[in-house]
Amino acid sequence: MNTSIIAAGKDLQWKDSLTTESSLVRRLLIAAAFLYLTLFLFVPLVAIFSEALKHGLSGYIESFFNEDALAAIRLTLLVAAVAVPLNAVFGVAAAWAIAKFEFVGKQALITLIDMPLAVSPVIAGLIYVLLFGAQGWLGTWLAEHDIKIIFALPGIVLATIFVTVPFVARELIPLMQSQGREEEEAAITLGASGWQMFRRVTLPNIKWSLLYGVILCNARAMGEFGAVSVVSGHIRGLTNTMPLHVEILYNEYNAVSAFAVASLLTLLAIVTLSAKVLIERKTASPDRLKSRR
Amino acid sequence: MRFVLKQPSVLPGFGLTLGCALFYFSLIVLIPLSGLFMKTSTLSWEQFWDIVVNPRAIASYQLTFGASLVGALINGIFGAVIAWVLVRYRFPGRSLVDALVDLPFALPTAVAGITLTAIYASNGWIGRYLEPLGIKVAFTPLGVLVALTFIGLPFVVRTVQPVLQDLDQEVEEAATTLGANRWQTFRTVIVPELWPALLTGMAMAFARAVGEYGSVIFIAGNMPLKSEITPLLIMTKLEQYDYSGATALGIVMLVASFVLALAINLLQWWSSARHMHQ
Repeated sequence: MNTSIIAAGKDLQWKDSLTTESSLVRRLLIAAAFLYLTLFLFVPLVAIFSEALKHGLSGYIESFFNEDALAAIRLTLLVAAVAVPLNAVFGVAAAWAIAKFEFVGKQALITLIDMPLAVSPVIAGLIYVLLFGAQGWLGTWLAEHDIKIIFALPGIVLATIFVTVPFVARELIPLMQSQGREEEEAAITLGASGWQMFRRVTLPNIKWSLLYGVILCNARAMGEFGAVSVVSGHIRGLTNTMPLHVEILYNEYNAVSAFAVASLLTLLAIVTLSAKVLIERKTASPDRLKSRR
Repeated sequence: MRFVLKQPSVLPGFGLTLGCALFYFSLIVLIPLSGLFMKTSTLSWEQFWDIVVNPRAIASYQLTFGASLVGALINGIFGAVIAWVLVRYRFPGRSLVDALVDLPFALPTAVAGITLTAIYASNGWIGRYLEPLGIKVAFTPLGVLVALTFIGLPFVVRTVQPVLQDLDQEVEEAATTLGANRWQTFRTVIVPELWPALLTGMAMAFARAVGEYGSVIFIAGNMPLKSEITPLLIMTKLEQYDYSGATALGIVMLVASFVLALAINLLQWWSSARHMHQ
């Protein structure tokens, strides 16, 4: 028996040598990949924390405990708390209609959902300024009724919703399409109500992808810079989100504080990447991997 | 065949979910975007044209699209190498590298912007070694290229990687047993398979780079006619309350984005059609 294993191993090695490169080429390619990633990923990642901790831990912690920083953190959490649940609920609704039914205009709806990914963040802000700004379509009406949208919280929330609107739906649609309709149809024919079917059949099937979609959506919502920058007006303590606060600190040559706040956002990005790895492991099945972008 | 708006189904909730989705996505995406086109229609054709072909605008397109293109090409080469190394080789730290490839996608753009500036400035970790060679990165067009290359990296790796994973190695074995050397096999068997995915990834990186704002403005220096990207020019016009100018340039960017999105869709369709045949 041992000999057959050895023979199989030799066979494998021989096959491997047919479809791989010489060890020199292999090493060169790995070195090239590492060099590139060092220049563009590893060095930046280390630099963020190194710059943030330049004046030691006390300087790092001081960067957070002042009114402006706390206000920025609060605003960012508030914006995400509004934008993410809305995008999650409507993302699930859109995914249900698109993945489980055949109807005319489906492709148009998918294109509409994907559109914010193709649009520059600056344009995302611009379109809301054109609608709600002082010179915008609704500007005079809003001014008469004393409603502030641009340079205020509603504008920031709207711009954030726009840039993060595709994430949940995009995660769910390919998964729900590949899962098919049979399980839900069985639940309905056995007498389940629509809500029971969703809670007991659909939700358990999609929960990991839904969670990942929400995490991605949240990461982008908290980190969005361009679109929010256009509609915010940069009013300290009022309409400054964390990324905008980073910009202000940096432009004031307060690099340590800028990198300290940036390091919080970086931790959020690292948590997001870790969640991706964990959820992929949980859901790893051949067709799930194939449906990845 | 009878024309039907919707195939019959026993599943509930079609009207409710489709209605909600249409309402929400129209309100958030469709109506605001059409507002941009409506605003443009208040400009006369001459006004629009004057703004769009202004030398400062032209210089910004050249920088934005040029740097995005070069960035996409660099990512095309190194993205393919990284995807290849991740799929085909086993080495220490492989899964960490695999996870970190998405960092430019997850990292807020403002954070990327200040970090790249700090590293590539003349006293920065990498900049200080480039300075003696006469290479200035931060606050030059080269800085724009660095930022746009950074944000495009995940796109090529993540489109090429799954195709490479699905590639049937038996074809390579056959090629080798029939006497092809490794380079010939690579050129004639592997490259034709990867080509559509590689192009798709590069187009995605290019499209993302064209609209990028946050990571560029810190490192660019933002000198009009020299290192000013189009999204920043739009921003400047907005800050000066020049809404018509911002709108006209916005339309140019938006049309470019739509053309690119269409091209990417066609590339993806080509790519999946090839895989259907096998």
